[in-house]
Amino acid sequence: MKRYVIIGNGAATIGAVEGIRRLDSEGPITIISSEPYHTYARPLISYYIEGKTDRERMKYRPDDFYEKNDCEFLAGKTAVKIDPAAKSVTLDDGSVVSYDKLCYAAGSSSFIPAFRGLETVSESDRFTFMTLDDAERLKARIEPGLSVLIVGAGLIGLKCAECIYGKVGAITVVDLAPRILSSILEEKSASIVQRHLEGKGLNFILNDSVDEFHGHIAIMKSGIRQFFDIVVLAVGVRPNVALMKEAGARVNRGVSTDRHMYTGVDGIYAAGDCTETFDVSCGETRILALMPNAYMQGECAGINMAGGDCDFENAVPMNAIKLLGLHISTAGSYIGDVIERENTADSTYTRFYVDGGLLRGYIMLGEPYRNGIYTSIIRNQIPIDKIDFETLIKSPSISAMGESYICQLERKV
Amino acid sequence: MLVNNAMKRIYVNKKWCLGCRLCEYNCTYANSGAMNIITALKDKPLRSRIKVEEYDGDTLPLSCRHCEEPICVKSCIAGALSKVGGVIKINHNKCVGCCTCISVCPYGAIMHGEDGVMRKCELCIDNAFGAPACVAGCPNGAIVYEERD
Repeated sequence: MKRYVIIGNGAATIGAVEGIRRLDSEGPITIISSEPYHTYARPLISYYIEGKTDRERMKYRPDDFYEKNDCEFLAGKTAVKIDPAAKSVTLDDGSVVSYDKLCYAAGSSSFIPAFRGLETVSESDRFTFMTLDDAERLKARIEPGLSVLIVGAGLIGLKCAECIYGKVGAITVVDLAPRILSSILEEKSASIVQRHLEGKGLNFILNDSVDEFHGHIAIMKSGIRQFFDIVVLAVGVRPNVALMKEAGARVNRGVSTDRHMYTGVDGIYAAGDCTETFDVSCGETRILALMPNAYMQGECAGINMAGGDCDFENAVPMNAIKLLGLHISTAGSYIGDVIERENTADSTYTRFYVDGGLLRGYIMLGEPYRNGIYTSIIRNQIPIDKIDFETLIKSPSISAMGESYICQLERKV
Repeated sequence: MLVNNAMKRIYVNKKWCLGCRLCEYNCTYANSGAMNIITALKDKPLRSRIKVEEYDGDTLPLSCRHCEEPICVKSCIAGALSKVGGVIKINHNKCVGCCTCISVCPYGAIMHGEDGVMRKCELCIDNAFGAPACVAGCPNGAIVYEERD
């Protein structure tokens, strides 16, 4: 009987458990979780502060998940060392857990640059925004009238801005990039979203960064002096890779794996935000810190750990978020020729990127409608001359995908 | 009953579809909770979970395939989608309306709901109909509910 150990407790871990249990209902699974909580949906922390969900509803799986899947859940324990020779993991309380198969799914952590003078901001006024603990701290601190500075206009910074909007006073967001959401939007779409958010009252300082903190004043490189009561540092995240480096695994920016999610170190697989993934939309290996990706990698790792054969090979970056009423749906990479579509009837704006006969990516602003069909074209690299692309970019449909796709409706998929 | 129906799915015999869209009306009614079809539909937008596409003079009714490897379930960031007894369901209480499922469904079978959460075909199992209303109401046998390989 195999003994399985998983480090982490997020989407990749849940995927791994469900993957293992598809094939192996017997082997004991031990989950090592630094956070002392039942598995929760991390992107929901903004909805939690907003009041659109609560601690109970944001659980990623039901209360009986660990029990039903015969998992030993080590809550609040941190793995401090992996010994690949002895096939064991040492925990922060000194105890040792042995494994036959290990899945490393330790995720990522908020990255805080070494800002000059950051220590002059009292600790109770400094925040990060990634974990449930972060959210609880912020939720307890916010109050009407508070001036908030958010450093970072990426997904984390703007979801944070959204959830405290209306619960605090002025919100100012600063970013080094010349546009907001620079990882998922290009100039035009970013400026549409920025105008929308400015219309709601958010302030942006772009192309600029904090040079120094003087207590509750941030002095920008440009010389702008921005007063704040609290500051949220949402500059970015870094994959947690230290343990895997020490264990001798190949680590670039994230843990490197093959398409079975195997790390190359005997018995050790890796999944989720701590890993790198081959992105089919651009043909490059990079970090895709996205929850759907994490789950599918974890599931693939779990199946292989249990002796099955699963490849994870059609990953694409993908984001679906809503910011103060405006939906943003993106997928793939922004490579090649641009086709724009503006629909005044439903006030949507879409950009398609076509390169080498393939749809590589899209950006869609406004209420999403069946855009999974586009994502599927990117993910499966369906050549656009095999489909009625002209019709599809006007409105996504199955009929325009051609006979073989339609035939799937007549059988089990 | 759920177990007996676990392998049954909705399939489309597309050559029989007349494009009458009765399935869209019946679906909206079945999932409205209204006492009769008039109060369910009168002066309201169609909130159907089945969609009749028009293409090249043909029509094609489309709803959730309840896939063997459901990418919507795997992608849901809230853990609100799950597959129970072969049926993919949305827990409306957990859905936060992020639309990730819409971004991944290769059949375009998940739609925005009126209450901000997603809506999709759940085979009418939990509503007053108990079995797919689109199938029961299809006048030409174009939508069927059966086991296939």
